[in-house]
Amino acid sequence: MEREREDSATKYFHVLCSYMRKFIFRILSVGTIPNHIAFIMDGNRRYAKKQSLRADDAAGHKAGFLALTSMLKYCYELGIKCVSIYPFSIDNFKRRPNEVQYVMHPTLKKIQGLLKEKSIVQKYGARVYFRGNMTLLTEPIRVAAEKAMVATTNNTGMMMPFICVAYTSTDEIVHAIQESCNNKWVGIQEANGSKAWNQEIRDEEYQMEEKAIIKLRDIEKHMYMDVAPDPDILIQTSGKHRLSNFQLWHTTYCLLCSPAVLWPEIGLRHSVRAVLDFQQHRSYLDKKKRQA
Amino acid sequence: MICLRSLPLVPHELKSPLSFRTRAQQQQQHSHPFSQTLRSHTVPHKTLTGGGTATTTVANVGLCEHNDLNAAEEEEPLPSELSEELMPNHVAVIMDGNGRWAKQRGLPVSAGHLAGARSLRELVEICCKWGVRVLTVFAFSYDNWIRPKVEVEFLMNLFEREIKSQMQKFVSEGIRISVIGDSSKLPESLQKLISDAEEATKDSSRFQLIVAVSYSGKNDIVQACKSLACKVKDGVVQLEDISESMVEQELETNCTEYPYPDLLIRTSGELRVSNFLLWQLAYTEFFFVKELWPDFGKAEFVVALISFQQRQRRYGARLT
Repeated sequence: MEREREDSATKYFHVLCSYMRKFIFRILSVGTIPNHIAFIMDGNRRYAKKQSLRADDAAGHKAGFLALTSMLKYCYELGIKCVSIYPFSIDNFKRRPNEVQYVMHPTLKKIQGLLKEKSIVQKYGARVYFRGNMTLLTEPIRVAAEKAMVATTNNTGMMMPFICVAYTSTDEIVHAIQESCNNKWVGIQEANGSKAWNQEIRDEEYQMEEKAIIKLRDIEKHMYMDVAPDPDILIQTSGKHRLSNFQLWHTTYCLLCSPAVLWPEIGLRHSVRAVLDFQQHRSYLDKKKRQA
Repeated sequence: MICLRSLPLVPHELKSPLSFRTRAQQQQQHSHPFSQTLRSHTVPHKTLTGGGTATTTVANVGLCEHNDLNAAEEEEPLPSELSEELMPNHVAVIMDGNGRWAKQRGLPVSAGHLAGARSLRELVEICCKWGVRVLTVFAFSYDNWIRPKVEVEFLMNLFEREIKSQMQKFVSEGIRISVIGDSSKLPESLQKLISDAEEATKDSSRFQLIVAVSYSGKNDIVQACKSLACKVKDGVVQLEDISESMVEQELETNCTEYPYPDLLIRTSGELRVSNFLLWQLAYTEFFFVKELWPDFGKAEFVVALISFQQRQRRYGARLT
């Protein structure tokens, strides 16, 4: 009976927290809500050490996943359309093989879990995107990711989580440059294949030559993250102030937040603070985006 | 030292073909390439505000600039809180806040830019003496062309004056000047002046000052892409061989041996990159300060350096 009372109290407490959270979000919604928040989830391993959890890194990553589900919930309730996360960079392959394995194995499980009925993705009707150099992933993970994307294609919920795996921004830009060059090269070849001598054709060739010049938009449309709007806020935990090769192109005018907590410790107050800072800087950011 | 408010892009043919360090090489270099002998005395640092409450006029700004030039010529020992071995090779600065600084004092914006120029001269002096190899400053963004015409013209004129007055000092102190950005919109007289300055200092090796004028990080990447596309079209490079190192070599920062800033400082409390060196800032440590640029002095720079020296730079790997 004692236990029942405790369970009721806990349940009541969670319901109360939920109402308070929604009240806070209602107030925040008076201002502009960002379209896209990006997270660099730094600090899982240090959290595990701090909490004296298991010696390996899996415990820290597990705690980090719980924090991620909380943040996704807050973003959903606040009405934020896009969320991008950076679980695994190409640079992370430089880590010890056993640590890479500790991240890759549960990553596969988590991706497979996305398709389950009670998963957060299904709950919010979210359409999942995996972005990065997928050829660097092992086949089971690549297949699972593609399966998850196909399965959620028709989801039209509020949120679109972008999961950046085997990703670095410089790799993304090189890929975009290659694709742009390739497209323009094909265009030039086609133009050269149909030469004629009258003025009308020469004018058309001039226009085609103009089109062959690579422009900013040509590169942008070949970016991995082209489908998503540019991030409005980038949150990197652990108090780190750096981009770590994440969305360098897209964070041109993005607000950079660096709460001094480890990723598993991130909570509601940090997301509220980030949105408030965004609203404070919004007018300047909007002006810059219009100019760009 | 020069007022580096706006500088045109120097044509590629005038840039000396330096072999520069790739990102991997810079990552491996944690110690400073050369050391400076510690000096035996310090120089009092005079700030424009001086901590007082008196209103600063435009005339006083000029007087303070003259005094600070004389003071800065003396030696500056490295503060004891800083480690010589952990000094950054390349520091980048977004010099934000001149307009707000002037507005707070009831002065015209031009006074803010004059005060900002003074801060820059001080920083160049300090960097020279403390062993920083490269300083890149974001003097004028490509996005800044929409500013009032009067302000833009003032900046162009200010820069021309400063270049002419500081040229001899650059040559005598071994400071190399480089300019990155799109110069096509700059006055022709200014373009020529910058070209001459770059040519005259191209062999200086003590310290390099890179001024980003009419610069956009995205445009930098686009021009690198165009350059690579031409090479592919001409058969010099195969499409599938385009790599990160090839892109690095085409960016405008290929004018320096250290193209990747170790530390980025942005003043005035703004928390964003604003289209500055996007590719090059991949692993740069950021340091944001609340002070406006004209109020950024040696003390604030020391705080930034202390923070930098305490950070662990992992480049995505894990430190064991």
